[in-house]
Amino acid sequence: MIRAEVLVVGAGPAGIAAATAAAESGLQVIVLDDNPNAGGQIWRAATVDHNGDASSGDSARRKALDRLQRSGAQVLGGHCVFNADSSGTLQTLQETGSASVVTQFQFEHLILATGARERFLPFAGWTLPGVFGAGGLQALVRGGYNVTGKRVIVAGTGPLLLAVAAHLVEDGAIVPTVLEQASVAQLAPFTASLWAHPAKLMQGASFRRKLWKSSYRTGCWVVEAMAGSDGQSLASVRITDGSRTWTEPCDLLACGYHLVPNTEIAALLGCAFRGNFVQVDETQRTSLPNVFCAGEPCGIAGLEAALVQGEIAGLACAGLTKSSLQNKAAAENNFGAGLEVAFALRDELRSLPQPDTIVCRCEDVAFGSLSGCSSWTDAKLQTRCGMGPCQGRICGPAVEHLLGWRPVSVRQPLFPVPLGALCSPDEAIEINN
Amino acid sequence: MPDTVSVTINGVASHVDRGTTVAAAMLLAGQATRISVNGAPRTALCGMGVCFECRAVVNGIAHRRTCQLLCEPGMTLETNQ
Repeated sequence: MIRAEVLVVGAGPAGIAAATAAAESGLQVIVLDDNPNAGGQIWRAATVDHNGDASSGDSARRKALDRLQRSGAQVLGGHCVFNADSSGTLQTLQETGSASVVTQFQFEHLILATGARERFLPFAGWTLPGVFGAGGLQALVRGGYNVTGKRVIVAGTGPLLLAVAAHLVEDGAIVPTVLEQASVAQLAPFTASLWAHPAKLMQGASFRRKLWKSSYRTGCWVVEAMAGSDGQSLASVRITDGSRTWTEPCDLLACGYHLVPNTEIAALLGCAFRGNFVQVDETQRTSLPNVFCAGEPCGIAGLEAALVQGEIAGLACAGLTKSSLQNKAAAENNFGAGLEVAFALRDELRSLPQPDTIVCRCEDVAFGSLSGCSSWTDAKLQTRCGMGPCQGRICGPAVEHLLGWRPVSVRQPLFPVPLGALCSPDEAIEINN
Repeated sequence: MPDTVSVTINGVASHVDRGTTVAAAMLLAGQATRISVNGAPRTALCGMGVCFECRAVVNGIAHRRTCQLLCEPGMTLETNQ
């Protein structure tokens, strides 16, 4: 059993800010992350040192990580949280090359900074090798997948698309086009609001400069990914603007429809929700007095929101508040509300899947087989949709958009674990596979 | 320049830069990480440990999420059937 005055789940920007603030306030802090390294998704560093600068990256990230290290907070990578209860215990699984290790933690305060994942919408051919999430492809490139000279179409919705496309071009890919499903009219108020966020405006402009060879097409989306003559890997995509449909050749497709929050631990603990998001007060406290939440699980609002919410949560664990931070958080939350409107999904995306299009990739459940089902639970029972190892994390948000069904319960284990992990160890145990 | 790590992917030796994830190594080798319930090849989708499409057999152990795992010298990697 490892004890922490403050246990932070997630070492992305929100978790880093939370842990730093709590540790600098004199508390003993442990940060857990499923990834091997701290940084989360937006600050994911390249693990392959191609240019001798793998450890550098973005300067804000470097500063934040340096400050976290100086704060005395302990960061434990490779820990996947699969169980937690509000009485103050939490269990993780670590997988090494040859063994699985279960560790039990005990906390006084818990800060959930579990971030978000991409929303995927099923379309014909989306299971072909060569089709990735948008952020997904970027993460794989940072993990050493070389895309130099590859023709990559970036599609879907959300501010992430431009960032991904710009990074892919920097990594040597050819990005002929970026397809944003939102219409230019839908995006206009959001674009105008960026003048109130100069840093974001500058960042957007810098992405556009890097993409001077690419066309950014609003109101367009991919309707089908098509295999080449081998029948097994991507060769082209069919694109539409709602009236006209055309085909473009590509080696890879990076397609994601904005983000959905990772709220499984909060749901398991019994935190109150506001729609799909964890409900928090102005100190980021959830409905449970010893549990705080910061970043995307409270509302998709981006990096600055995550940083300020994290700091508020970390200070709150030490009984401290700063009204200047709360004002900043309110402004950033407004930015998030703007994102939700600007990148709202168009109705046409509901008719993307054909009857034989796979919806649940884990269990190969086709869209057509859901037609006789009345709810998420019914679909699980009748078709095994959402019953595979991702536990509905991918098909759940897709089905919610397509059919309006909401997943009804979250249970432990939150991730698949070896049976030995469920034997309630009091100490860290090693399970030899 | 980075040094390299040698791994075996579906029986074929492969040399990747140190720090390469297993998922990226299998993509570079053009190998599926898993075969789906209906027999289709799959590769990593989300890149962040959520979707489980990247699960493969690593050193004989099935269902390892390879996007969260770095290549180590001598690793044996196989498509998860």
